[in-house]
Amino acid sequence: MTAAPVRAPSAPSVRKPPDSRARRILRAVARGPLHLVLAFIAVLWLVPTFGLFLTSLIPASDIAQKGWWEVLSKPSITTFENYRDLFDNNDLTKALLTTAEIAVGNTILLVLVASLAGYAFAWLQFPGRDLLFVGVIALLVVPLQTALIPIFSLYNNTGLFDTVLGLILFHVAFGMPFAIFLLRNFFAGIPKDILESARIDGASELRIFFRLILPLGLPAIASLAIFQFLWTWNDLIVALTFGRNTQPITVAIFSQLRQFGTNIELIAPASFVSLAIPLCVFLAFQRYFVQGLLAGSVK
Amino acid sequence: MPGAGADSAVRAAPPPGPQAGRWRRRAITAVFLGPAAFFLLVWLVYPTVQTVIRSFFDRSGSHFVWFDNYSALFTSDTLLTAIKNNAIWVGVVPAVVTAIGLVFAVLTERVRWSVAFKIAVFMPMAISLFAAGVIWHILDARDPQQGALNAAIKVVHDTFSSSGVLTTANPSSPALQGTTEKGFVLRTPLRPGETALLGLTAIPPDEVPTGARQAVVPQPVPGAITGTVWRDFKPGGGRPGVVESQELGLAGVTVELRDTAGRSVASTTSADDGSFEFADVRPGSYRAGIGSKTFSAPFEGVSWLGPKLITPSIMIAYIWVWAGFAMVVIAAGLAAISREVLEAARTDGATEWQVFRRVTVPMLGPVLSVVFITMLINVLKVFDIVLSVAPGSSQDDANVIALAMWRTSFLGANDFGLGSAIAVFLFLLVIPVLALNVRRFRRET
Repeated sequence: MTAAPVRAPSAPSVRKPPDSRARRILRAVARGPLHLVLAFIAVLWLVPTFGLFLTSLIPASDIAQKGWWEVLSKPSITTFENYRDLFDNNDLTKALLTTAEIAVGNTILLVLVASLAGYAFAWLQFPGRDLLFVGVIALLVVPLQTALIPIFSLYNNTGLFDTVLGLILFHVAFGMPFAIFLLRNFFAGIPKDILESARIDGASELRIFFRLILPLGLPAIASLAIFQFLWTWNDLIVALTFGRNTQPITVAIFSQLRQFGTNIELIAPASFVSLAIPLCVFLAFQRYFVQGLLAGSVK
Repeated sequence: MPGAGADSAVRAAPPPGPQAGRWRRRAITAVFLGPAAFFLLVWLVYPTVQTVIRSFFDRSGSHFVWFDNYSALFTSDTLLTAIKNNAIWVGVVPAVVTAIGLVFAVLTERVRWSVAFKIAVFMPMAISLFAAGVIWHILDARDPQQGALNAAIKVVHDTFSSSGVLTTANPSSPALQGTTEKGFVLRTPLRPGETALLGLTAIPPDEVPTGARQAVVPQPVPGAITGTVWRDFKPGGGRPGVVESQELGLAGVTVELRDTAGRSVASTTSADDGSFEFADVRPGSYRAGIGSKTFSAPFEGVSWLGPKLITPSIMIAYIWVWAGFAMVVIAAGLAAISREVLEAARTDGATEWQVFRRVTVPMLGPVLSVVFITMLINVLKVFDIVLSVAPGSSQDDANVIALAMWRTSFLGANDFGLGSAIAVFLFLLVIPVLALNVRRFRRET
């Protein structure tokens, strides 16, 4: 995945001038079609994911003859058998665990390393600082395809090939430019007075970093952590290239997909589980996310 | 990346440090920057340089081959397909995603439940492109029994043109002429009060409509043309052109009545015993026949994942994922536009469309370009979703540059020289965007 500037949906804008009641009602009626169109679009956007969920509930014996929409009229055929089989399948549970290790591990490491660098770019004085920062920005667009072959050889020579650590390190590195960019800009917005008074009080830079910058930068760090978690959880290409037996869930599903047609009853629930977790993360942190972004821009 | 949700950079003033602590300060800087520098140098800078060098060597890496790999890039059929497909992606997807995002953002601004709408449309962003690909792979299945997309089309298709009751048949006697494509017509003209015998054979047994009854011999009715369509066959043969016992009527067959010029003047459907009747026919000479609609094939499903439609199919899935991103970023830009300007335009009598076209869109220019450029980079690097939507048989037709690089390097071929050249080519394509990014950043600080 690329480092995309993702923003959570913002609060609704209610900046309408006060209206008379008659005009309000008139407007509501006039907007009936608009509501319908929007509702239709929203449903259209939800249907594919919902369809995958319903597909995952169809028993293996019926899956070749029944489309998921038939479940709506005959809910009795649904079963959680597929999910039971999924969790009984050692390869897939192991893959889920591997995914979690990679996603959590690389997110923590990235946040730590990028915060340090972000602080240096925002508040430390050293020669060539701005030029180096432009260099980091330039690295933002390096496609990870350019690194695959040399890192493949490097990993083969250092024993990092087919290890969780190797995958984590790769993700940290490719998340780095965006992370530094985001955190540096956020940290630079922290009021100077706070830092100055801490320095005058004799606090060391490391102390300032851990006691002031990290807590104050929490909103930006949280949004960075969520982005990074999401796109490493969802990674396919890196794990496919640097892993054989170390398989995250995407790779495990991918290898099932190669024999498609025979095992939707395995692919559908596995895909649904693999997307349910990032979806929950997104929905759970969405509000916090918005607040963080707003707090960042108000300062 | 541009437009990231951080505040505008505020430039930090140099802290007034004493000369004595200079080395100490450098050491501290090293502690803060060292780890990040290690990651960037080992995983980004070194591999990029190494890939460029490697691209001038052959598969084994021992022979320097100048630009051979690059010329292979533009001569091999698979790679040319990949480049062509990527060009289509670049031409279509960023513009469509930006346009959809703009429309959604403008529309949701007018309703109170915009947050719910935004969550619904934004949700696919949280799903991996790979999982999104799996979802669409299932939706795009060819069989209308399994693929939701084709099932929906089938519903519409069947509403407007019901499929015929038969797929194939032959006339049972020379009295009936024609083909299943054009329909069958009786050779002898009829007048009102006469009867038509439309016998068919060579109908597969499983296609005889269920509930078919014994065919009846048509009775003449004054002023009307009556007749029977039946399966002119019984075990043991029977006589062609004659309705006999054990021969079944064919229900649901479209029967047409044509005038002498061959124009269809009336049309009806046969009953369970195969009988039909055209009542109150004006005096004259007519020909009765079986309409070609009887043999129209049922909808078999669009081959979304076949070689012809695979790229558009993947694009639809990709747009489904990214529309939410565009909408949310543009909506944030929209919220920042001053209401007064819009209201002023409305007060001056501008229509909603004029306000949108002449005020909103120009004022959103910078945000729209951020979305467009972001999508441009993403589309150049598109990979996962192609791999998961396209079945193995269509992957050559759906190929894109990033996928071609991966397949050349790691899948079977293991040609690191050519793979490196493709990677460098991809890198060159994103460099202009890189330049834009750096310029933007310079302007901001």
